[in-house]
Amino acid sequence: MTSREESSGSGAIEAHDLVKKFGEVTAVGGVSFKVSPGEFFGFLGPNGAGKTSTIHMLCTLLKPTSGYARVNGYDVARHAIRVRGSIGLVFQETTLDKDLSVSENLFFNCYLHGMKKRDAVERVEEILKTLRLAGCHDTLVKRLSGGQRRRVDIARGVLHQSRILFLDEPTAGLDPQARADLWTFLQTLRRERGITLFLTTHYLEEAERCDRVGIMHQAKLIALGSPAELIRSVQSDIERPTLRDVFLRLTGSAIPDTR
Amino acid sequence: MNYRSSARAAGIIVTREFKRFFRQRGRLFSSLARPLFWLFVVGPGFQRLVETNQGISYQQFLFPGVLGIVVLFGSMLASLSTVYDREFGIMRMMLIAPVSRATIVWAKIAGGSLLSVFQALVLLVVAPFLDLRLGILQLVSILLCLLITSFAVASLGMLLAARIDSLENFSTIMNFVVFPMFFLSGGLYPVKLLPSALRTAVYLNPMTYGIDLFKHVLLPPQTSSRLTADLPVVLDVAVLMVMSLAAAAVATFLFDKEAKLMKLTRTAVRETN
Repeated sequence: MTSREESSGSGAIEAHDLVKKFGEVTAVGGVSFKVSPGEFFGFLGPNGAGKTSTIHMLCTLLKPTSGYARVNGYDVARHAIRVRGSIGLVFQETTLDKDLSVSENLFFNCYLHGMKKRDAVERVEEILKTLRLAGCHDTLVKRLSGGQRRRVDIARGVLHQSRILFLDEPTAGLDPQARADLWTFLQTLRRERGITLFLTTHYLEEAERCDRVGIMHQAKLIALGSPAELIRSVQSDIERPTLRDVFLRLTGSAIPDTR
Repeated sequence: MNYRSSARAAGIIVTREFKRFFRQRGRLFSSLARPLFWLFVVGPGFQRLVETNQGISYQQFLFPGVLGIVVLFGSMLASLSTVYDREFGIMRMMLIAPVSRATIVWAKIAGGSLLSVFQALVLLVVAPFLDLRLGILQLVSILLCLLITSFAVASLGMLLAARIDSLENFSTIMNFVVFPMFFLSGGLYPVKLLPSALRTAVYLNPMTYGIDLFKHVLLPPQTSSRLTADLPVVLDVAVLMVMSLAAAAVATFLFDKEAKLMKLTRTAVRETN
């Protein structure tokens, strides 16, 4: 939309001491980090660690209690609409109108983003092809499988040429095949569009695929680095440490990996 | 976000209301069954009881009230579908789009309002069967009156939608909001004939002013019947306008509040656990 108005080209995401309190409860207790354009960044942590609240602040759905963040150069508090125009967000649970068809849902989203009809038609066809959903064009969303729905969710998130795609626990509830497909599609999107991916997960093997991982625990970001760096930081007595050991070492508890 | 993209966003929100309406088979039918039932089952029954020898039959008198039913149910249900949108995540699709909260609220109100006007226009087809002749001037006037009234009801519905969390208490809303709004509206009996306690309740109800407007347009003028409109047109229009703008403004404010968005997060947390 207005990419020229960016105040600085420094980072895709910059968060400075973000805090979110819900009454007495601190959901996010002062989190700072940067994500570069094109990076595949992941937040690892158990449910309730503050990952979703952080994402919702970055996506302007929640207002930070204190601290600030810039997304694609726009301040999330002051330029919420510009932020939303430049990002896509795939929520934890599917966000589609089940009574409408796949293409109707996608067109709905295109027009919400203010696209012209001609552009919308082009984008919808293109994204359906990329995500191998071309055959589902007119299928009602309620008739889709869980994996297909997820892909439509992702299509919705990248339709408007968002430069960052936020994915909140994108593989929750998917079977292994659908999960594998999803990763393939995300890689395709990354390769073809150079899109920045920001993922939250509580699955270790998903975090291991990221360029960099931030570990969240009890509303704090307690470690940040590439999976290799994080693993190196705890290397000592354990023979072949994994992110699981990193998490265990840092928090004193195992990550509840429910898979 | 410029004016044109906001208009496109609002346009698709309105279009979606219509799409859903036509997709849910039987919705048009049931939206028309209720008023037809009143007109052709209840109406003739009461016709026998009510002595109306002054130019307007009871069935004719019922017609503006029945149009009111269509507007009331149509707009109210459409606005309350916002609760459904929130529960099933479609609201999130709108919230994450580069659209202001006000655009979403006003587009939902417009969608519900236009949808119920459409249903009411379909019902106008039966007017000739009641010996009500409508010229072009009356058609244009009734269209305007329907728009004003449905906008007021849709705005009130949006205000309700902002306050309720789930459609579980839907029957409560039907019993304590929708039905009283119909029965206390002057749609079934002339307001001037009511005892004064009831009359006060009737005057607090926006539907009264809407149905009164319909009576002005639809019923034969200049009869000495007690069944004609009760209030001046200017008052009807003024009350409806003030009420709808106030309700829509408060609804916009409520939807913009953090609390609404927090609920969205809470749902997300609840669903994963």
